[in-house]
Formats: sequence, structure tokens, C-alpha cells
Amino acid sequence: MSEPSTSAPLLRLRGASFGYGERVVVTGVDLEVHRGERVALLGSNGSGKTTLLRGVLGLAARTGGTVEVGGEPAPSRRSRRRTGYVPQGMSVGGGIPTTVREVVATGRLPLRRPWRPAGRADHAAVHRALEAVDMADHAREDVTELSGGQQRRVLIARALAAEPDLLVLDEPLAGVDAASAGALAGTLAALADHEVTILVVTHEVGPLADVVDRALVLSHGRLVHDGPLVPGLLGASDDLDPAAATATTRRAEGQADGADPLRHQHVHHRDEVEGRAGRGWVDHPDTRPVAVGADEHPERHRA
Amino acid sequence: MPEVLQYGFMVRALVAALLVGLAAPAVGVFLVQRRLSLIGDGMGHVALTGVALGLLTGRAPVAVALVVTVVAAVGVELLRRYGRAGGDVVLAVLFYGGIAGGVVLVARADGSAATLNTYLFGAITTTSAQDLRVFGVLAAVVLLATLGLGRRLAAVSSDEEHARASGLPVTGLNVLLAVLTAVTVVLSMRVVGLLLISALMILPVAVAQQTCRSFRTTTAAAMVVGVATSVVGVVTSYYGDTPSGGTIVLYLIALFVVAAAGSALLRAARHRGHRRSARAAGAGAAAGPDVSVARSGGPASSDPGGTAVSSSPSLLAPGSSPREGA
Repeated sequence: MSEPSTSAPLLRLRGASFGYGERVVVTGVDLEVHRGERVALLGSNGSGKTTLLRGVLGLAARTGGTVEVGGEPAPSRRSRRRTGYVPQGMSVGGGIPTTVREVVATGRLPLRRPWRPAGRADHAAVHRALEAVDMADHAREDVTELSGGQQRRVLIARALAAEPDLLVLDEPLAGVDAASAGALAGTLAALADHEVTILVVTHEVGPLADVVDRALVLSHGRLVHDGPLVPGLLGASDDLDPAAATATTRRAEGQADGADPLRHQHVHHRDEVEGRAGRGWVDHPDTRPVAVGADEHPERHRA
Repeated sequence: MPEVLQYGFMVRALVAALLVGLAAPAVGVFLVQRRLSLIGDGMGHVALTGVALGLLTGRAPVAVALVVTVVAAVGVELLRRYGRAGGDVVLAVLFYGGIAGGVVLVARADGSAATLNTYLFGAITTTSAQDLRVFGVLAAVVLLATLGLGRRLAAVSSDEEHARASGLPVTGLNVLLAVLTAVTVVLSMRVVGLLLISALMILPVAVAQQTCRSFRTTTAAAMVVGVATSVVGVVTSYYGDTPSGGTIVLYLIALFVVAAAGSALLRAARHRGHRRSARAAGAGAAAGPDVSVARSGGPASSDPGGTAVSSSPSLLAPGSSPREGA
């Protein structure tokens, strides 16, 4: 991995605000993401994390501040091509049968000239992307016949086919069963090992705890934490106002190397929730959402 | 030489059917993908206003209908993109606005009801050499655009937000598809009539959908079905003395029923095969492992290969990025 502290930031936001029409959802965010980093953008529902992601992608309007990708103002045609976007849901396969390869190949379109057929480099990039998510054997299958986890990996491959510098994922584990979530996390960990910079938006850390090395927490449209992924982040973000951001970060950093007194309780509770619902524990109203230690994660799959 | 080919008007009719049979499904496949199967009908209604305007002003109805429909198509797409109306509301405006405009304008154009019928229900045997030249140009434009930019149109049709985020010119491609739809409607109105236009764009795709597994083969199969049913429908209408439009559409419906029934039977047979092999496998296995499979959520069946992560070292291999050459 490159040295994050010395290299120029791949993504830089300075006082960035985003919204829809008159409504400002995210306000005054300063952050930098460096090459090779694996960053989780956390927050409860309505915290503005998806709006922030959409703002970076140019899908939500920027109402203030600046956004740069690779040192250049974004969104621009160039910045869009450097950013691979993995949306939350599989919207492909609307009405027409579409193979996995066809879906992944659409990721190359922005790099190809119109009217020109796909070249050798395009085919090779599609094949590499399929292999990277372990879907090469399914290339000829109809994408609508795949499981939810497999479809999510197809979407990751579509983003990778453009060979982006930054991979942005929106809730990659949402609606995926525990086993597939573990496999997806393993796929992302393998990508991270190949120096793909990852920014993942999620409301449940789950198996991603092993993948990310830094957490950003949004609350009420403001960035309230930027530091290590530690227990208590999501629970704290619900009640935090921006003035408390420093205290939260300090507390979180203090816990990073120490034992979490609530950890065993959380794991126990999470198991109960998963046993009933078969999915993430952060959503549960009685659960205090924290990131558990990697060594205690039952669904962990590393390459 | 078959009798049907001994008459110039029938040869022209068959060529027109061939052109429409190729072009209509080539556009329709994107409409089905966007779940906008009825937009062609809306455009057909607008084309009615164009035809009526042509009859009223004494200008060529096809040319006036083309201009009116293309303008409406672009307007609707921009309204959908920048306005606050939903897609179905815009469609309703097209339907009612087109019919109302056509009715009012036709009432003002005396003695043209019979002519109007040829556009409403199709009159392919009245295709003139001049019509054929216009149809040829329109079909060529549609086929060039859909085949040359098909991947982009498909990408926008299936996932507009991703297409926008990745830098594709989404609005431009949507406007292009709207214009191509309008052109196809005008091209088809003499063959199947304005009231059945959508059928020729959608039904061949619906037939192909039943048997194909990829976008590419579905498109190709839909075009083959479109050409075959159009040509056979025109020949049948000659010998059976039936309206060409209705005959073609009835052939398409029959094909769709056969394809859908065949596909359902095939799926049922496959399902039975899977269950049989699963039972056979279950009989040979010990009772114990079932418990652990159920407990683990069945990763092997729901996500085969999911836990194996490729370590492909060449994912971002230096020098392989086309961006460098772009």
C-alpha cells in the first residue's frame, strides 16, 4: 500500500455541502482519502451519508465548498471515470435478459469511443474484473438468475472494469445473507490488497470491520468522526452534534487499542438478532451498534 | 415467381414490411428494458395529430407526423428529466393530447376520414416508391443508431444512475432514444397503423425474451421475429384479404403464446429435474450435514464460489489502462 500520509489525496472535500434543490443535507465536510485507504462512511438513516456519496459522484447537487478527485475539480468527465460506483441495488435486467458479462462490459463504455466496438483491452479488463470478484465462471449466465450476493459482486465487477482509482460502494451488504456478506467482504479485502482505494457507505459494519482501516461518521449532515474504526461510533453518532465531534473522536481513538467493556454484550446481542432476522444487528432498535473486533467475527472471510 | 411478387405494390409492401420488421424491435428492446412498453402508443397518438395536421394543411402527412412526433418526443424526455411529472403522467398527456389534437384537426379537414383510416389501421399496399425511399432512410437511421450505440442505450436503459455517475451522456442518449422511438412510430404507421404501432416494437421482443439469455441474442431474435411476422403477415393479408396490420399482430400474439407456453414447460421440466437430482443426492448423503447447511444459511447454494476470493494480480496491471491511450 502507498504511504497515505505523504501521497496527494485521491479525494479531497473542503467545506463541501450537498443537497437536493433548496434542501441542504450535508454541510461543511472536510476530508481527504488517500490512495490505498479503505474508508467506511458510517451513519444512521438520514445522517446524510448517501447524499455525501452521491455528491462526490455528482448525483447530488453541491451547494458549497469544493470536491477534488485526483487533484482536479469534481464532478467532471475525468473525475467520473476515475471513480467506480457500486450502487446499492441491482437495477439491471429490467426487462431484457442480460448476461453477467454484458453487465460488466457496460463499465467500459465511458472509456470507449461511441460507434467503436469493444477492443482487446476492453475484453481483457472485463475478464480481469470478473476474476477479481470470482464471477468469471458465471459470465454467460443471466444476471437476474443469480443470488443477491452474486449480483452485488457483478456490480463491483462493473465498476472495476473501468479500472477506477477510487471504488465507491453504497451499502454493499444491504439485503445480503450473512454468508454472502462475508464473501463480499473477502472480495473487498482482496481488492484492497491490490491497492484499490475503497470508500464504502454503510449503516452496518459487520464483516467489513476486517476490510476498512478508517471510519468517517456523519450525524445530522455533519462529519463528527474521522479516525479508526472503533466500538461506539454508530451509537454515538445518533446523539452527537458537531460540537461534540472532537470529544467523540478522542474517545474513539482512546478505545482503539483498548478492550471495549461492552463488546461481549454486543456480540451476544448481535447473535440473537441474526438468529431471528438473519442479517445485520445495527438496525435493531435495542442494539447498540458498534464495530466488534475482527477476531470475534464469525462471518469473516479473508483472502 | 410467386403471384404475390408479380405486382409492384406487393413488392413495395413486402420491402416496407421488411424495413419495419427490422427497425421496430431494434428500438423496442430498449423500451422494454426501461419498462416503457406503452410509450410507442403514446407517440402513435401524437403522430395522429401530425397526420391530421398534414391533411388539414395539404402537406405530406408522413413528413408532418415525423416533425410533430419528434418534437413531442424530445419535449416529453426533457419534461421527464427536468419537470416534476412522473413517467406515467407524461404518457397520459401524450395519449390524450395526441387523440384530442387529432380529432379536432381531422374535423376541420373535410372529407379526409377515409385517408385517416389508412394511418389508423395501416395500408401497406398503398406504399408508393416515394414512401419507400423515405422509409428506407428512416429505417437506416434507426438501425445505424441502435446498432452503433446499442450498448450505451442499453446501459442507460437498465441503470440510468450508474450511467450518469460513470460519465455517460445520459440526457443525450435518452433524447436520442425518444427521437428513434418517434421515427419508428412514423415508419410503422403505414404498415400496422397508429393503433397497433407498439405491437410491432414490443411483441417481437416479448417473444425473444422467452427463449434468450442475453441482451444481444434477444435483440437479434426480436429482429428476426419482427421481419418474419411482418413479411408473412403481409403475404397472408394478400391471399386472405385481411388488413395487414391486424394480421401481423395476430401472428406475433400467436408466437408469443407458443413461446411463453414452451418456456414455462421447459422451466417446469428443469425444475423437476433439479428436484429429482436433489432427492437423489439427499438419499446418498448422511442425515447429519443437513443441520449445518440450514444453520449456515446455505452458502453453497445461495452463493456458490462466494467464499473463494480471487487473487488475480493483474487487476490494475500497469499499462493496461485504456485511459492512458484515450
